[in-house]
Amino acid sequence: MINYTEKVMEHFMHPRNVGKIDNANAVAEVGNAQCGDIIKIFLRINPDGIIEDISFQTFGCGAAIATSSMTTEMVKGMNIEDALKVTREQVADELGGLPASKMHCSNLAAEALHKAINEYKVKYNMI
Amino acid sequence: MEHRVYLDNSATTPVRPEVVEAIMPFLTEFGGNPSSRHKDGRIVKTAVENARQQVADAINADAREIFFNSCASEGNNTVLRGYTLGLGKNTDKKHIIITSVEHPSVLNTANALEKEGFEVTYLPVDSLGRLSLDDLRAAIRPTTGLISTMMVNNEIGNIYPVEDISKIAHEHNILHHVDAVQAVGKIPVDVKKIGCDFLTISAHKFYGLKGSGALFVKRGRVLKPLLTGGHQEMTRRPGTENVVGIVGMGKAIELAVRELPTEMKRISELRDRLESRILAEIPFTRVVGDPSNRVPTLTNISFRFIEGEGILLKLDLSGISVSTGSACSSSNLQASHVIMALNGDPEEAHSSIRFSLGKSANLEDIDYTVEVMKQTAEQLRSFSPVYDEFLAKQKN
Repeated sequence: MINYTEKVMEHFMHPRNVGKIDNANAVAEVGNAQCGDIIKIFLRINPDGIIEDISFQTFGCGAAIATSSMTTEMVKGMNIEDALKVTREQVADELGGLPASKMHCSNLAAEALHKAINEYKVKYNMI
Repeated sequence: MEHRVYLDNSATTPVRPEVVEAIMPFLTEFGGNPSSRHKDGRIVKTAVENARQQVADAINADAREIFFNSCASEGNNTVLRGYTLGLGKNTDKKHIIITSVEHPSVLNTANALEKEGFEVTYLPVDSLGRLSLDDLRAAIRPTTGLISTMMVNNEIGNIYPVEDISKIAHEHNILHHVDAVQAVGKIPVDVKKIGCDFLTISAHKFYGLKGSGALFVKRGRVLKPLLTGGHQEMTRRPGTENVVGIVGMGKAIELAVRELPTEMKRISELRDRLESRILAEIPFTRVVGDPSNRVPTLTNISFRFIEGEGILLKLDLSGISVSTGSACSSSNLQASHVIMALNGDPEEAHSSIRFSLGKSANLEDIDYTVEVMKQTAEQLRSFSPVYDEFLAKQKN
């Protein structure tokens, strides 16, 4: 069995911000069934560029679910420019670390978050 | 310790009390080396030979055909490697046939031999995991020297027609090795009936000790030993015997074979209940493998839209031990090669859970497992993007 930290297990057992949110104005999905992890992030960004609400859907292992949950918790209420600076390493650190094998394949939520924000910026001519 | 529902008996089985009792004197009292000529040695030697007879009787072999070793991986390596080493440099029998659903100890050894210049054919299986004897016949070449096939698959429980395979092999003067690790104690294993030349077994799959296996080598067949050393095991497997493991294996296999008819009837009823309840009460589930021809102890079920490691963790936290074909729980991050060989669907491999029942299985635990599994599937599906997409498509 893979050894997860208590924090990972806690987020896995009680994931925050799951499902879909109403009126999401930025959505992105990363991963594929081949590698076993698919993560979809939903954001509601207000006109000031603040992430008012965020949620996720994840098909994947314990690490994929815990990192998704942690990512949403970390960036809720954050400015999108600051959220773009959140890295997968920071997410892993907040969870007290991840097994090395899980670092890349299952820690995709930050990538989904960045993709959603970047698409939002393109849509609203912010780039 | 907390009450655990152990449904991972294909991975390993706990040591049964009768085995503990049988080995105790060799931990506390009889400490001689079976090769020694004094009484201390002779007592232990007698116990080892007694165990050899027990193993031989259990698979209808002659005691002189049983060679003790450390595990099934060693047994499988000994056959594949020993066969090829025995060929020397000047031979044309460089072709080996195995199946695409073999255990890694066969598969990866064959892979390695291929890199060393041998030719290997990997027989395909159909969507139920079944082999075709016509494929086998078609794969045979004038250069084929060895066919290695499992008797029972460890992940899906399919039973393979090893008798027919042996017959075909021998029609072409080819040696046949059977990996019977997952068969002993679950279905009858009779080397005379099968007709094979080599057969691998491992004690910890039938309530013996880990680190203890045996290889059947039909009289007259020769494999070049992988180890050089002393005269133990007729020089075929040098090294001081694992006396405790050997004595334990003898006791364990004797009991496993004796209890097989009644115990397998009991377990198959529980397995059928587990499987039918899951299929009936959890939507989008299906059996992986061939339900009409598999061991009574196992069911492999895929839970569409959710991933195996997540399921495994949830069950683990509820006190239930299972295993999964998902890449996410394996150290090499590869989806199960067995389930991929069936239909090439990674999502099915990632979503598959193997429930393998054993002596500890009882009705209450099975019903508890179904209830936990229902909650788990529901919860993980509630935030699965794949499920959400599926529901959206259904609506349209």
